Amino acid sequence: MPLLYPLVFAAFLFSAGVYGVLARRNAVMVLMSIELMLNAVNVNLVAFNAYLRDQLVSGQVFALFVIAVAAAEVGIGLAIVLLIFRNRETVNIDEVDLLRW
Amino acid sequence: MNGQEIAFLILAVIGGLAGLLVVTSRNVVHAALFLVVALSSIAGVFLLLAAPFVAFVQVIIYVGAIVVLILFGIMLTRAPVGRRVLDNTLRARVGAFVIGAGMFVMLTVFLAGAFGDKRIANQAATSTAALGDSLFRNYVLPFEAVSVLLLAALIGAIVLARRD
Repeated sequence: MPLLYPLVFAAFLFSAGVYGVLARRNAVMVLMSIELMLNAVNVNLVAFNAYLRDQLVSGQVFALFVIAVAAAEVGIGLAIVLLIFRNRETVNIDEVDLLRW
Repeated sequence: MNGQEIAFLILAVIGGLAGLLVVTSRNVVHAALFLVVALSSIAGVFLLLAAPFVAFVQVIIYVGAIVVLILFGIMLTRAPVGRRVLDNTLRARVGAFVIGAGMFVMLTVFLAGAFGDKRIANQAATSTAALGDSLFRNYVLPFEAVSVLLLAALIGAIVLARRD
């Protein structure tokens, strides 16, 4: 299989995630877009692991680390979103500007 | 074009469309369910790239745990439905589209220039034993760091979300 196939697939998913982070205003949707970007990185890591035939399977090990960090990130992220919703009755990230000035 | 490549292209088209629908859908719950489709097809891509353990971890943690967490988040924040409340203004969305599309085109051109003629050789799937060997011999320190991170995230999420 050409190495380019998974790389272009990952680039597409990453770009879709970037679009989602910039275009959405609901905080939960932004978190979903971030998950998409993290998955694109995982595809890259696993593809290069297969391409280089690494003896230490570093790419797959790093993909596992990314998955674990993503789980921690989404847990904390949703806790913060719930807290914002409880205090301000909104998860619209335009309206959460406590730290702006 | 062999069977592996055809299977990959089918999975990539499904996953790409689902990823696009995640970031454009007007209904939050639909977006979360499209995320399930995208993540599952990425698990299939991992299988094709000779990484079965990562594929199963992907299904268990992403599809099983993270999407359920996100669905709980949607329920608890009473996410409204509709383009106006979920998305930014048209101007911001056009800007986001330009940045996203530009990034995709740029990445594709650069990747084609750098890796256009490289091929992934056919190989046996990485055994879970080999992965575990590497994880607990060469990468045991990062592994422990990740476990501390998960513990910190667990305690942090409880402290943030509980009512007192």
